[in-house]
Amino acid sequence: MYLSTIDKPKSANWKGLSGNVFALGTVSLITDVSSEMVAAVLPLYLVIGLQLSPAAYGLIDGVYTGATTLLRLAGGYLADRTNRRKAVAGFGYGLSAVAKLGLLAAGNSLTALGVVITADRAGKGLRTAPRDALITLSTPSGDLGRAFGVHRAMDGIGAFAGPLVAMAVLAASAQSFDAVFVTSFCIAAFGVLVLVLYVKDRPEPVQRREPLKLALLKDPAVRRIVLAASLLGLVTIGDGFVYLLLQKREGLAFGWFPLLAVGTSLVYLLLAAPLGALADKIGRLKVMLAGYGALTVVYLLLHGPLSGWPLLVLVVLLYGVFYACTDGVLMALAGPVLPERLRTTGIALIQSGQALAYLGSSVLFGLAWQFWSPEAATRVAAVAAVLALITTAALLGRRK
Amino acid sequence: MNKRLLITLTAAVLLGGVAVGYTALSGAAPDAAQSVTTGAGPRLMVLSNGKLSTVSHAGGSREVTGQSCDRAYEAAGTISCLRPVGALKASELAVLDRDLKELRTIPLTGFPNRTRVSASGRMVAWTLFVDGHSYAANGFSTSTGILDTKTGTLVTSLEEFAVEGMPQRPVDTNYWGVTFTADDNRFYATMSTGGHRYLLEGDFAGRTVKPLTDLDDVECPSLSPDGTRIAYKKAVGGDPQKGWRVSVLDLKSREITELAETRSVDDQPAWVDDRTVAYGIQRDDGLNDVWAVPADGTGTPAILVPEASSPAPIS
Repeated sequence: MYLSTIDKPKSANWKGLSGNVFALGTVSLITDVSSEMVAAVLPLYLVIGLQLSPAAYGLIDGVYTGATTLLRLAGGYLADRTNRRKAVAGFGYGLSAVAKLGLLAAGNSLTALGVVITADRAGKGLRTAPRDALITLSTPSGDLGRAFGVHRAMDGIGAFAGPLVAMAVLAASAQSFDAVFVTSFCIAAFGVLVLVLYVKDRPEPVQRREPLKLALLKDPAVRRIVLAASLLGLVTIGDGFVYLLLQKREGLAFGWFPLLAVGTSLVYLLLAAPLGALADKIGRLKVMLAGYGALTVVYLLLHGPLSGWPLLVLVVLLYGVFYACTDGVLMALAGPVLPERLRTTGIALIQSGQALAYLGSSVLFGLAWQFWSPEAATRVAAVAAVLALITTAALLGRRK
Repeated sequence: MNKRLLITLTAAVLLGGVAVGYTALSGAAPDAAQSVTTGAGPRLMVLSNGKLSTVSHAGGSREVTGQSCDRAYEAAGTISCLRPVGALKASELAVLDRDLKELRTIPLTGFPNRTRVSASGRMVAWTLFVDGHSYAANGFSTSTGILDTKTGTLVTSLEEFAVEGMPQRPVDTNYWGVTFTADDNRFYATMSTGGHRYLLEGDFAGRTVKPLTDLDDVECPSLSPDGTRIAYKKAVGGDPQKGWRVSVLDLKSREITELAETRSVDDQPAWVDDRTVAYGIQRDDGLNDVWAVPADGTGTPAILVPEASSPAPIS
């Protein structure tokens, strides 16, 4: 197997990171506090506050997330077409902020709630690709791993703090969900303001009119990276299942559930930047493959020899390592392959492939769990992760 | 660039002020009642938006306390309150007195579903969903326990009890919906096994349960105050996926009367008095109303308490 030297262009180390990357990181941090504080209470709000069945909630969540995948592509294309990535991202951030107030207005109407949650997800779908494109356009290609690492770490701090802020608001407001939504809106609005004031757009020179979307997939290098992203999505069974299996195996009280997620994001945010820098140094593909290795071990451990605290700590640690090795690193791998003119569309394409594959894999895993057994399902997932590792190495390990 | 910083700081102060102000105002709850009041005339305890409340039968004003429960019941001054799963907290059963003083808490795992207190206020029972969340779905599992508040004896799961007439408890057994008799020892509940949902008779001191296999499809039983009849939800056509009809079983004659409520009721009914049965029904907008219907199959259902659930007569 011939691994990497795929990317060893010029690097300016940490100095290569422009103010724009930190500005985008700050926007993501603030926005994630806002969105994760709602994400932490929304299931409770719908299931306990409004007495919706958890199955119905899961369905709503899954369907709306899937439906907005197409919007992501549209947003990416629009950003490239108009050459205004900041404006499209800003619209996405703004839409999600307004949706927080919508939760307040929707009251008990399930239809209205559905519309509001869709708007929120649509905002997220719209903003992600233009934001990542802006990062790649603001950073020398040799430092992309670092740039995404720093961005994802800041993003992770927001995700880590969000649920804690939500709990603090609930405690201070006598369990008022409305207070959580209002606070979340205020934080999100501030995030939009920081974006407007501090993030610089990176328009391309207008004369470079290159062919659009379809031509993108004609490039074998782009096809390979989209395929690799879909593979990544396909072997990710979802946090919910991983934590649920741990909970069942160890008989954990429901109260521990959020802590598993908090632990994983802590590992992720601590390791995202250092692993990103390592990826710039030794090769992004190597780090990505190491991530698959960590994921395989996680799946095997779920029904492996360990138990008790060592199992919980190791799984949370390795799962965080998997995210830190793959999430930002994939974008850093993709950046240089995509033509600048079509970078947002390309990133949206990659993220859509990953998201759709992930939707499929969580459904398949759920079925495997139900019709075979959790043990069999996790072993199949482990085999799939190994296959993905080999295939990704073969796909991306070759020079174009 | 100072202007940019100024805008940022002003916005931070303004938005922060709105968030903190709104949160603080929500925290100052408008004079919550401090107890579950008895007062003049017959009264009901219900949950209003998840808060323990009392209301008189005649309608009138509602006193809402600050106590949150997912499900609650009251008898003779003993309140059982199944508290919801919190962000960092498992669910629990709290036994309270009328001044909402906590007498005992029991940590539980699962989603609160049913609770009952014996007429004397001594025995407390509860049911939680451990797996799955609906009686209509396949593959759900429940956990049902009983506490004797007088002796402190705690049975965390009815599965500890021996099953009369069966050498071994079938592995697919689930228990739910306990209701107590006046002797504070015998009780009724539902036992499901092999696709049947039998009424069971239990003996707390003897630690045994006996499924009454001639009484199938008796879910969430509720014994009338005079101890002669059981109000329950009966699966339509024997299939819970088709919904449930509130019915009353006469324990002596074994005669079953379907009540005038034709909508599906997924609740453990509560007897308001010997002639009236109350239950919660969820509206399309997600809120619940407490309805009442005569226990003899006559009359029509009527809303007893709007925007409320988990009714219990205050005795």
